Amino acid sequence: MTTRITVDPITRIEGHLRIDVEVDDGKVTKAWSSGQMWRGIEKILVGRDPREAWMYTQRFCGVCTTVHAITSVRAVENALQMEVPVNAQLIRNIIQTAHAIQDHIVHFYHLSAVDWVDVVSALKADPKATAKLAESLSDWSLNGEHEMKAVQDRLKSFVESGQLGPFASGFWGHPAMKLPPEVNLLAVAHYLQALDVQNHANKIVAILGGKTPHIQNVAVGGITNSIGHDAPSVLNIERIMLIKGFIDKLEHFVKSAYMTDVPAIGAFYLDWTGYGGGVTNYLSVPDCPQDTKGTKFDLLGGFIENGDLSSYKPITNFNDSYFRDGVAESSKHAWYEGDEPLHPFKGETEPQYTDFQDDGQYSWVKAPTFYGKRAEVGPLANVMVNVAAGEERYTKYLGDAIGVIKSVAGISEVPLSALNSTIGRHAARAIRCGVMMDTLKQQWQKLVDNIASGDTDTFNAPEFPKGEIEGVGFHEAPRGTLSHWVVIEDAKIKNYQAVVPSTWNAGPRDADGEPGPYEASLLDNPIADPENPLEVLRTVHSFDPCIACAIHMVDTENKPIVKVKAL
Amino acid sequence: MAEHDFETDGFDFSNVANKLGVTRRTYLKFCAGVAASLGLSTKASLAMAQTIAEASKRPPVIWLHGQECTGPTESLLRSEQPSLAHLILDMISLDYHQTLDAGAGHKVEEIKKKSMEENKGKYLLVVEGAIPVKDGGIYCKIAGETMLDLTVEAAENAAAIVAFGSCASWGGVQSASPNPTGAKGAQAILPGKTVVNIPGCPPNPANFLGTVLYFVTFGKLPPLDEQNRPKWAYGRLIHENCYRRPHFDAGRFATEFGDEGHKKGYCLYKLGCKGPETYNNCPSLEFNNVGGGVWPVGVGHPCFGCSEQGVGFNKPMFSLADVKTHTPPNNFPAIDDRQQESGISPTAAAIGGAAVGAAIGATLVASKKLGNKDAGGDESSSSDDQGK
Repeated sequence: MTTRITVDPITRIEGHLRIDVEVDDGKVTKAWSSGQMWRGIEKILVGRDPREAWMYTQRFCGVCTTVHAITSVRAVENALQMEVPVNAQLIRNIIQTAHAIQDHIVHFYHLSAVDWVDVVSALKADPKATAKLAESLSDWSLNGEHEMKAVQDRLKSFVESGQLGPFASGFWGHPAMKLPPEVNLLAVAHYLQALDVQNHANKIVAILGGKTPHIQNVAVGGITNSIGHDAPSVLNIERIMLIKGFIDKLEHFVKSAYMTDVPAIGAFYLDWTGYGGGVTNYLSVPDCPQDTKGTKFDLLGGFIENGDLSSYKPITNFNDSYFRDGVAESSKHAWYEGDEPLHPFKGETEPQYTDFQDDGQYSWVKAPTFYGKRAEVGPLANVMVNVAAGEERYTKYLGDAIGVIKSVAGISEVPLSALNSTIGRHAARAIRCGVMMDTLKQQWQKLVDNIASGDTDTFNAPEFPKGEIEGVGFHEAPRGTLSHWVVIEDAKIKNYQAVVPSTWNAGPRDADGEPGPYEASLLDNPIADPENPLEVLRTVHSFDPCIACAIHMVDTENKPIVKVKAL
Repeated sequence: MAEHDFETDGFDFSNVANKLGVTRRTYLKFCAGVAASLGLSTKASLAMAQTIAEASKRPPVIWLHGQECTGPTESLLRSEQPSLAHLILDMISLDYHQTLDAGAGHKVEEIKKKSMEENKGKYLLVVEGAIPVKDGGIYCKIAGETMLDLTVEAAENAAAIVAFGSCASWGGVQSASPNPTGAKGAQAILPGKTVVNIPGCPPNPANFLGTVLYFVTFGKLPPLDEQNRPKWAYGRLIHENCYRRPHFDAGRFATEFGDEGHKKGYCLYKLGCKGPETYNNCPSLEFNNVGGGVWPVGVGHPCFGCSEQGVGFNKPMFSLADVKTHTPPNNFPAIDDRQQESGISPTAAAIGGAAVGAAIGATLVASKKLGNKDAGGDESSSSDDQGK
């Protein structure tokens, strides 16, 4: 018997997402991913000053705050082929790296952990045994018995209040929940601690960005923080040392809690390394530019097909034509007119709402391809690509994670292919977070050294030529490869397109009918209870969906925008 | 000591620490802080502390997400007065919130409907995001229904409605020309209701939390201005509290990022700062509790008026602000010129600024506008009959 399940809204994500699956014999046989909101911000950008595009694009998303600001100025700088001072590159790098760490921590502990952790079961745990287990895993300083007891007491009084708020709808006692009570209590304790820890990263972003969410120190040509010690109101050694304090606190949690918790919990769910693989083509771009021209990067990028590391092809710089020429978007199954995939510079989008049609149009998200192939982006892609490129930090942290899984699960072998899975995506995010932590420290040190060398430049003024120019800016954001594409005519925006991570991952079927990464990854997932499709959430959440980002459009010709066919 | 005074009032706070998971001292300090920022007495802060500590039931909150970026919710994740954990575990009962709900799909929709039914007239409705009204509202749907219908439905029996962020307050970024989806703020689609607006992109979470806790404590809304913004947070122009203001008055401006004036922390008016026409408390409250001038102007970028309808996402970033207080001394000489004439000290330049301002009667205009703003609506009438 075929059962159709619609999950709308998908919660614990940014934005409005609907997922439909058909289930046969307890397994998913068909899946649809549908974005349910459209705002048209790129259309609003047409005719505006390219120097302020970042201010609008940053509002694509408050979860992915910073990323659309930085990528937008990179796109305009690329169109102008201008250089950016080293201090500005480093300060942007510190902001984006700190934000990535915050984002990864929040995604695991606050947005996805309750897919795997039974909060109510934690009430049955023995705090002493929990502390013993925790201390055997790592040296995180808040793993003691008193801490575990305090967390359990707090949880108890919350549950006894009878007002469970956002936890009322949880999947407590679901047959797919497998952690022992002590592991559940440990996870709840780290859930609460992580709420404080993630704020260390926010403070780093705020000190440099002026606030978070939504930084405001960005400018085409550099950053607006002036560096010096001859006046107040400028970035000085006091601010820089304040950042270092937060970096150190953040590192303790990332390395001693997050990077152990994920493989330790994953070890109880080894069956989930067999589900959720999906398209297995992986795209990732280089990031953290180290020079004024964007030719040297701290983190590597490239493309891999079919999960095969030997197929790795590198993407090397901001002008790399391998990336620029490979991207196209199809709207055949999205609520826009037109069937043929188009390059972002040529993107045309006319809304054409039809309501949900299984074999027709069913989403506000378009379907991007890389040289005609669907590609997954995000931490898993980032780890696969960097491991393929032989990047040592990634290889080391991957080895560490596998070590924890082996020891907790008591098994001798974990193949690399286990990463192509629902649980593998969480592991990859933790591995990447460790690398980001090292990068953050290193970028901070480089900033100190560069200022010490006497360089205080932060800004080069952009100059816009007459006529038409075009540029692309890319960024390896927390959810994966992000690119902004801008066409500028006489210093005004003529066309603007963002191809964002959740568009790559959440897109519907493409022009050839090929399913997108969410859809492909859901196939063959087990569903124990169609009334409570926890397994659907597990796989979709493993991508870290962000739907406000994913839905956008460009209209270069300013035609009437909407044609409603049916409601 | 203030702390001692609380005890003599005879309220037993001994179980507060257990209940809230914070020390009694931290808790009272927090309430006193909120009360002080609302301009309330010590007595009021005690009432606030008592209400929250004694409540047998946490006030239910229904939270809708429309066209938004989740920035306001994300700002709460960064809040420390109180933290998000204290807010949702100890202070309110967050019965529906798409970003935080553990469950999904029909399960959360049922819980929402049940809470709205059981708590008729008692729940607080928070709207985050704009509401698209074009083409029947199809541009934002949740569980098959439009945000437009869902907002009207949830507002019907709400005790109070708070629009959190510029999108919910006046439409925000997606309402910028040509407003492709017909995005509007909550007040615009709820004509018979009072919607408290907490604009900002996103706002300082303290502006939201202070207002919500005032409502929870006193059962009514704080005094509001003519745009239904709480006066305690939005009663003054940014320009009035900006620490770069003396440079404005003295005619010392940055004219490009990284130039000499910019490096010295001069006024950003000529770079397009909209502080002179934006009502908000950014310069006094700052952001993210890191001190040291952390707010947009503090990191050298002009304010772009993110909270002000008709300014943020409407006026070009680098265009000059419409100065609400007094005419800017545009005719000051450039900094470089002045430095060559070493005889003129900064003090002399400041006196010159005052003279130019006075000559065009700007001070008079300023005080008149200030007076209007302060007199904007009778406080008791603007708050007493709201939230019912």
